[in-house]
Amino acid sequence: MVQTLAEKLIARAAGHHSVASGDVVTCHVDLAMIHDSGGPRRAKPILDRLGVKVWDPKKIVVVTDHFVPAYDTETATIQKLTRDWVADQRVPNFYDMQGICHVVLPERGHFKPGMFVVGGDSHSPTGGAFGLYMFGVGATEMAGVLATGEIWLRVPETILIECEGQLSPGVAAKDVMLHLCARLGMDGGRYQAVQYVGGTVTALPMTERMTLCNMAAELGAQTGLIAPDATTVDYIRAAGADPGDIARWQGDAEAVPAERHRVDATALAPQVAAPHSPANSAPVADVGAVQIDRAYIGACTGAKLVDLHMAASVLKGRRIASNVRLLVAPASTRIAAQAAADGTLATLTEAGAILLASGCGACAGYGSGLLSEGEVCIASTARNFKGRMGATTAQVYLGSPYTVAASAVAGRIADPRPLLAEHAS
Amino acid sequence: MTAHRVWRFGDNIDTDVLAPGIYMKKPIAEIAAHCLEAVEPRFAKEVRPGDVVVGGRGFGMGSSREQAVEALLQLGVVAVLALSFGGIFYRNALNYGLLALASSDIHRIRQDDLVVVDGVAGTVIDETTGERLTCEKLPPHLLAMIADGGLVPHLEKRFARQGAQA
Repeated sequence: MVQTLAEKLIARAAGHHSVASGDVVTCHVDLAMIHDSGGPRRAKPILDRLGVKVWDPKKIVVVTDHFVPAYDTETATIQKLTRDWVADQRVPNFYDMQGICHVVLPERGHFKPGMFVVGGDSHSPTGGAFGLYMFGVGATEMAGVLATGEIWLRVPETILIECEGQLSPGVAAKDVMLHLCARLGMDGGRYQAVQYVGGTVTALPMTERMTLCNMAAELGAQTGLIAPDATTVDYIRAAGADPGDIARWQGDAEAVPAERHRVDATALAPQVAAPHSPANSAPVADVGAVQIDRAYIGACTGAKLVDLHMAASVLKGRRIASNVRLLVAPASTRIAAQAAADGTLATLTEAGAILLASGCGACAGYGSGLLSEGEVCIASTARNFKGRMGATTAQVYLGSPYTVAASAVAGRIADPRPLLAEHAS
Repeated sequence: MTAHRVWRFGDNIDTDVLAPGIYMKKPIAEIAAHCLEAVEPRFAKEVRPGDVVVGGRGFGMGSSREQAVEALLQLGVVAVLALSFGGIFYRNALNYGLLALASSDIHRIRQDDLVVVDGVAGTVIDETTGERLTCEKLPPHLLAMIADGGLVPHLEKRFARQGAQA
């Protein structure tokens, strides 16, 4: 039977030979990812009420990333509860303050093509970049997974995003996604599976592919998917894991998607999302004169090593504007170490950046670096909902790390391409 | 069946306005006190037990935080009706026993209308206007879960059954 990649992944997890979109099935979970905010803090009382332990401690990964580092007794208590629960349930894979879950799991070799993974966070589609099925759920649903190892799902249709052509210098995966948010809307994904294909996608490194899949959440999709290839295999091997058989995890060429959307990467300019939605995106030239108080490079979708390199390529040899504060939170401690070793952190701090801990931080309004009433910020994060980064009157714009860095230099929202061209000449 | 007063909201009500991140470390009562304040400061103060929230497109989009659902329940909201839902919010709502119904006719319901909601039949009757709305039907496995009171009581039954068999 002809099947999409999503159908093949779900059929395997459901123990069926094949499935079709619309089927309601129960899947066996290969891996469950939870964090300090929605994880043990919320699941423990439910498991206690049910009188059960976790179904398989080896199939659970716990990450502290939301309240990192603890900044008061309430957040310290949440962190301690998380550590105590991990010890009590004998969960072997625990990454305490090592970075954001969506980045830490792949870099520590937990992902491989063909898996069926559930994450206790809405940006869980990130894992789909590795040719596996991964989606986000709330804490009660996750408690159910921890108790039973199972979850139901309605087999999604596949919405194909065909991306062809080479991205211009200063244009990144974040720009592709902001453009798609504007085009399709934040419910354009209809809780189906968005799959990215085409030459542009093939040419991207895993960390940029992760940004595409991560922001399938902003399209309202259940997941984002990219079929595994040699780039996937190389990344997984470098992370010390075995990628397995990738030939099995390709959608059939004859499978017909529910929708097809083309993106001409060559023509794409840097995009900026105006407050208060990623769907308010337009080319940077259309934004007009917007003075900024803050620039933020952080989050699962905006502070991986590739993102820090983008920012550094703009900031090298420059200083940020005197009225702007640039905060940088590398997405993981490993990324921070790599960026220290290759000189990226020095480039950023010499330009005036302030370094923060690796965690979700200001992106979700959890950590330090929040915004006051009326402050204007441009961030490399995925969401700019009203009040998300602090005060409800704060104005948050979104852009790629290139655009955030260029804006920090200019003191207003700015196109990174002229600054990059100066460096090149 | 009881009629419920309507609180009407627009498109794209996200989880950050339902349960703001800066209060997420707090107990649910405190999060609920700030529910929807970014778009309607009166809501958390004036909503009454038994009220119904009506949204537009993409209600509950964004985060997986189920405090977005819990805050509404804490304030006594008994159902959320919308044109469409954020997928995780929708699952969270049903897991918590909060009825979430999608209808393409949702624009006909106005602020302060009185509505009768029937989750099993998938209908909403607006008593103020006399309109009858048809909603997407919930699949049987979800109706069974809601009948049990949500996912946790549903699982309690399952584990009790397994215990009895053992």
